[in-house]
Amino acid sequence: MGGARNGTQNALAALLLLLLLALCLPACAEPATVVLWHSYRGAEERALVMLARRYEAEKGVHVELLAVPFDAYSAKLSAAVPRSHGPDLFIDAHERLGIYRQEGVVAPAGDAFPDSDVIGFDATAVRAVTLDGTRWAVPLASKCVALYVNDDLGAGHTGSVQSIAGLRATLAPDAYPLVYEAENPYYHAAILDGFGGRLLAPDGAYGFVGHDAEMSIAYVLELTQHRVIPAEPSGALVKQLFASGRGATAIDGPWLADDLPKDLRFHVEPLPPIYDRGRPMRPPLTVESVMLSPSGAARPEARAFARWLGGPEAATVRATVAHQVVTSLAAWADPAVAHDALLAAFHEAAGQAEPMPTSTRMRAAWVPAQEAMRRVLRGDSPAIALPEGQRRFEDALRPPPPPPSPAPLVVVAGLLLLAGAFLAVRRARQPEFRVQLRGSRTAYRYVAHAAVVVFVLVVLPLAAGALTSLFAGTRSDPRYVGLGNYVGILTARGGPLLGHGSFYVTLLVTLLWTLCNVTLHVAIGVVLGVVLSRPMMRLKAMYRVLLVLPWAVPSYVTALAWKGMFHRQFGAVNAILTALGAEPVSWFSHFATAFSANVATNVWLGFPFMMVVTLGALTGIPKEVLEAAEVDGATRWQRFWGVTVPLLRPTMLPAVVLGGIWTFNMFNVVFLVSGGEPDGSTDILVSDAYRWAFTRDAQYGYAAAYAVLIFLILAGSSRLLTRVGGAKEASA
Amino acid sequence: MRRLEGLFAHLLVLGAVVFAVYPLLWVISVALSPGAMSDHARAIPWPEHASLDSFATVLGLRDGRAGIFARQVANSLIVSLATATVAVGVATPAAYALARFRFVGKEPGMRVLLATQMFPAVASAVPLYLLLETLHLLDSRAGLVFVYASSAVPFAIFQMRGAFEAIPVDLEEAAMVDGASRAEAFWKVALPAVRPALAVTALFAFMAAWNEFILAATLLSRESAFTLPVVLQRYVGEHDTAWGPFAAGAILVSLPVMALFYVAQRQLVAGLTAGGVKG
Repeated sequence: MGGARNGTQNALAALLLLLLLALCLPACAEPATVVLWHSYRGAEERALVMLARRYEAEKGVHVELLAVPFDAYSAKLSAAVPRSHGPDLFIDAHERLGIYRQEGVVAPAGDAFPDSDVIGFDATAVRAVTLDGTRWAVPLASKCVALYVNDDLGAGHTGSVQSIAGLRATLAPDAYPLVYEAENPYYHAAILDGFGGRLLAPDGAYGFVGHDAEMSIAYVLELTQHRVIPAEPSGALVKQLFASGRGATAIDGPWLADDLPKDLRFHVEPLPPIYDRGRPMRPPLTVESVMLSPSGAARPEARAFARWLGGPEAATVRATVAHQVVTSLAAWADPAVAHDALLAAFHEAAGQAEPMPTSTRMRAAWVPAQEAMRRVLRGDSPAIALPEGQRRFEDALRPPPPPPSPAPLVVVAGLLLLAGAFLAVRRARQPEFRVQLRGSRTAYRYVAHAAVVVFVLVVLPLAAGALTSLFAGTRSDPRYVGLGNYVGILTARGGPLLGHGSFYVTLLVTLLWTLCNVTLHVAIGVVLGVVLSRPMMRLKAMYRVLLVLPWAVPSYVTALAWKGMFHRQFGAVNAILTALGAEPVSWFSHFATAFSANVATNVWLGFPFMMVVTLGALTGIPKEVLEAAEVDGATRWQRFWGVTVPLLRPTMLPAVVLGGIWTFNMFNVVFLVSGGEPDGSTDILVSDAYRWAFTRDAQYGYAAAYAVLIFLILAGSSRLLTRVGGAKEASA
Repeated sequence: MRRLEGLFAHLLVLGAVVFAVYPLLWVISVALSPGAMSDHARAIPWPEHASLDSFATVLGLRDGRAGIFARQVANSLIVSLATATVAVGVATPAAYALARFRFVGKEPGMRVLLATQMFPAVASAVPLYLLLETLHLLDSRAGLVFVYASSAVPFAIFQMRGAFEAIPVDLEEAAMVDGASRAEAFWKVALPAVRPALAVTALFAFMAAWNEFILAATLLSRESAFTLPVVLQRYVGEHDTAWGPFAAGAILVSLPVMALFYVAQRQLVAGLTAGGVKG
């Protein structure tokens, strides 16, 4: 017997081996593949594709490219690479190296960037990718801002910002001497440098505070007041003003050049000093580099391709095809590269730029700096706003609370489990319960699959997410802190309980936000639904399709269109107000107006949903009921409140409750329209949670604690609503 | 009196139409302008130099990528249709049971279901990634459908339960008295009666999947598997956004949804006029 079994086992093993071989054969015959992720677009993407094909033809190594949207790029890398689902190589800015190193996304470049290659690169670029004495990436190209000069308006006046400001007198009223994103710290960093300051000191201390910072922001305020630069300038506005010949000069990066019309006469220079005979401003420098994931770093063919991509041959292609300011020195010997005036100008600009810090603390500095800048530009005192920015920076980076013993939590969880088990067993032993259970069998056949789906794909991930609220620190190095995150949130981290960004203030804003939105959604939706279901109504179908449009067009585009409509100088809303004889409003400077702008956008996005739900619910109301009421002589108003509304309520209630919950957690409208302005006051709880997770030093545990608190608030307040639901059930 | 009321209704609806359409005219104007967003205050959205360049760019007619774009359209359609089918398919029987049966665990189940909607998604993205990894469904359309369907199922259950509760129970009982089984009563009597609600619920699920991009961009790692919102989001860069193609893409993406809604809203009308049958 035993012998026979052994025989079968051997045959099975042989079969498996054959199968494995068969599976392996085609794989073994294929050329080696290197996977590279990037977020390049346009000419840069074309150059990359070209290079990949060339490398494939020359070296026989297949290069697979994946273009990822920039907004999802870092998150995707952080999710995929540590679990080895990521690429071998990826292209990103050098300043993210610190974060990637912390999260285990990147590995040292090793022989992709050997000592012998160092001499062939810009020294600044090499410095940028070197962290603690190790080179972590192969530099590809430098990016920094420079001064675009319109030859017809600004030439000869660009010796300093001061002399550019002098152009004000010679320009038409709707044109500006200088256009740039003055409220964006990335652009302001150059001005700050002109006054001797920097956003982050080399030792990691917050730099946008103190004398230099105050001088720099006061200077920008003065430029705005004298209409040297436009107010609230967005990137799109800068582009449009310079492209249409209404900006004599512009501070912007190489990306602007692609969007300028062919007939515009302009050239590019390195940034000037602020005052005549001063030191030129040094903008922050980004060195785009090819980085190796830990699995890619282990593969010689991935390292070889990274080295080749940064090398002279590939750099020449990148410079000529994509107009990249390449960091390989040899490429600049090529006449096609050296004689490109635009390229040479940006190369010169890069030469005087200062590499962005790679410190993980930099990530936490942007938002406080931006909030402080906007406050000052909207009239707050720099002496108050700038130190407040520093306080927020330090608050975001404060060390996690000391790890407590997990014992109390384990004991409580254990006791709860025991109590639950005891109650379940006691109930299961009751005879009537068994009868009920037997009677439930038909129902279970209908709900089983839904229960499994919801439990596995919804409840489990949420529970796991909730558990992370007990931890602090990064994903690669989580530390148990017990209820420390909750304590931190509920005590406003030791600050005033009703101070800026405290949980309680944000909660009030969130409640107001939900109340306004749901009321307007339901009111507009129900009225339109009822009117559009009038049997006599002509053009019903057309109206319905037109009214559902706000819901049909993707909201990430329309929300931005709304933001543009609320622009102080160039927005359509102020244009209408002016046409009607009213004063234009600076929408994002005050809480009330910024909040209204958010609500207007969200009502616009959400009313079609309620309208469609109403239309659906009205189908359930027999026409005869309404007709009978009409015969009884009830007025339209009486019929609406006395007959239609009560009949609509049961079907509408779930949609209204869910609509309320969704609105409570609707973060992207707040994010895209007001962005929390002014000064974070229009942020709601969930957008605060996102900020903790993504812009304030990646505190996922803290964000998860916010999520759990949001859940508890909603669960508590909905008990009231379920009572309403329960009453309805009893009557049904 | 009647005529005046009709006029008032039309005025009301027209006002709402202006509110609904006006911001979209800006999107259309940007899609037709080769340049950027509006540069000086205007109340009337009208492109200064209209051109269809942006649409050609999105469709991939410029760089010979029309083939891959067509494939991505197909991906979006497959994923969204599958999401709608799975969500409605899973939710409808459960909703029926919740509306018609009394069973052990019904109330706690409903409470858990409602509770899942209260958790902001910020907490569950990473665990969901791990879950799909365990199931070997990363980088697959099936995995994406699972994720989308799971978030659509709770709403679909609530919506369909409301619809089942709104129809009179007498018809099913009559059918069962005539010898139909419970399953037959469900399939042949209850289900046809809630057809409008089914259409609306399926449309909601379709929409949610059709416009989602963060999860799609995180979970999918092949260009040929991308859905349209991921492709669209590629026009947003770190420093600059290609507003023309971004807006043009948004308009193209919304066309199928409008077509679907046009079909679904005829269902709504049918439901209205068929009211007499149910009464």
